[in-house]
Amino acid sequence: MAQSFDRQKAKPHIAEEWVGKIVTLLCIALLIITIFSIVYFVASKGLSTFFKNNVNPIDLLTGLKWSPEGEPPFFGALPFIFGSFSTSILAALIAAPLGFCASVFMVEISPKFGRRYLQPVIELLAGIPSVVYGFVGLSVIVPFFRDVFPGQGIGIAAGALVLSIMILPTITTIATDALAALPKGLKEGSYALGSTRWQTIYRIVLPTTLPSLMTGIVLGIARAFGEALAVQMVIGNAPHIPRSLFESASTLTSAITLSMGNTAMGSLANNALWSLALILMLMTFVFVFIVRFLEGRSKL
Amino acid sequence: MKKTVMLLMLLTVMVALAACGQNNNGNNAASSNAGSSEPASSEPASSEPATSDLSGSFLASGSSALQPLVDQVSKKFMDANKGVSIQVQAGGSGTGLTQVSEGQSQIGNSDVFAEEKLDADKAAELVDHQVAIVGMAAVVNPEVTVDNLTKQQLIDIFTGKVTNWKDVGGNDQKIQIVNRPSSSGTRATFEKYALGQKSEDLQGSIQEDASGTVKKLVGETPGAIGYLALSYLDDSIKTVKYEGIEATVDNIANGTYPVWAYEHMYTKGEPDAAVKAFLDYMVSDEVQNADVVELGYIPASKMQVKRDAAGNITK
Repeated sequence: MAQSFDRQKAKPHIAEEWVGKIVTLLCIALLIITIFSIVYFVASKGLSTFFKNNVNPIDLLTGLKWSPEGEPPFFGALPFIFGSFSTSILAALIAAPLGFCASVFMVEISPKFGRRYLQPVIELLAGIPSVVYGFVGLSVIVPFFRDVFPGQGIGIAAGALVLSIMILPTITTIATDALAALPKGLKEGSYALGSTRWQTIYRIVLPTTLPSLMTGIVLGIARAFGEALAVQMVIGNAPHIPRSLFESASTLTSAITLSMGNTAMGSLANNALWSLALILMLMTFVFVFIVRFLEGRSKL
Repeated sequence: MKKTVMLLMLLTVMVALAACGQNNNGNNAASSNAGSSEPASSEPASSEPATSDLSGSFLASGSSALQPLVDQVSKKFMDANKGVSIQVQAGGSGTGLTQVSEGQSQIGNSDVFAEEKLDADKAAELVDHQVAIVGMAAVVNPEVTVDNLTKQQLIDIFTGKVTNWKDVGGNDQKIQIVNRPSSSGTRATFEKYALGQKSEDLQGSIQEDASGTVKKLVGETPGAIGYLALSYLDDSIKTVKYEGIEATVDNIANGTYPVWAYEHMYTKGEPDAAVKAFLDYMVSDEVQNADVVELGYIPASKMQVKRDAAGNITK
């Protein structure tokens, strides 16, 4: 009696089990197929510059002159690579101290106020579309830089400042989570030994959470690296390595978005843009590996 | 049970989303085109763009400079022909030409001749329909005192030989170039007909693709020079004459002002009935004298000169 009752009851559960398994499997299969087809697509397009059009990869990585539709064409992407790295690293240098201080304040100094009001406000920054950042940058930051510094205001400095605001939520959120996850015992032990709050934060909290904080920075750099629209609006897009932070420069993403629609698919100029996309994708992989490495070293 | 239904719905949505990647020029656009300003019913029957038994759906993609016109006209056309559904996409002239050449779209909008972007054999398959003319003018920051530039002066500026306005008759002020990316159709037109040669991307020059951004930067940056389509000109920037000739519709039409380009709508081979009716409607007087002028283009019918892909002008 009891057994048959069990079996009747169990049947819907088994069905649910199977449905759940199949649905999750389909989702993950779809994801994997998407990821691999994107990688394949970008790689096949990006590599055809080298195989079909016989452009030397070393020239692409180290050349200084970019004029894919010129006579003869030049494919020097170093100005873009330089621009991408300098804007995103500079952005992280600006955003990281701000993000760390904000998270220390929210977790250690004023947890109630910080958690309830500050964190939602900072997370709100993440939801603002990048075109808005770009337009604010073009309307506020660029004229300001133009008045204060020599040059036309546009350039790596303006791009980095816009990006630093965009990646602030990433760095702050990850730092906040890391600080909050710190075992209470560590801090209490430090207090018990007679150290002040600043000594505790400086000597105990920050060193222990450093790998997580670094993860936040790397993720921030990765986001800044891939951002196209906002940077394109304020950086000026000249395919040259600038002589100052306030001179027109270019990033990998801005070069791609500026020209992709104007070039015919399969042409040499178009393939060269796909090669830039390939560099961008490989760099993203590198960032992901760095994050995995840092997570592995986390002491928590 | 509820959960199962939810999961099934989720799956359906996912499949539907995945299917969106395929080319479905569905008929769902036809229902969403009310609100066109044109009172179709009051028009006499003879000027209706086409008989209303046309049907079919097609995609027109490409040039973002031409997109507003095609978009507006396609809505009017769909109002008059309920069986036809037209989708208009902007993605750049190169994209438009590639898509029409590969059959992904039925009409490819372009600022430049197909010969300039595609291989010769691919370009030969495409049929050109010139629907409008767009004129371009060099513009400078309002504080720049120069109001006429010769061809040679423009060449000197855009090749970096002249870097200060005082060398071309202006104040002592550094010249800031606001250019378009080297692949841009607008830049190709400007280089071909205003400069007569290709120009390099100079160190320190600004490059923007969007006309609105170019206008904003030229208007705000001291000593800036750029170029814009005539429809973008207003008081925030100063238009300079080219070789002493003002950039006006009349000067372009009679051939004295040379910096202009055709807006092309390419089809692969001869178009089918619905596409042909749309293209005929596009060049009809009803559109040419109303929408084309209203949106700042110049009607093809008004031109007293013709130009071929090589740039040869005939009266």
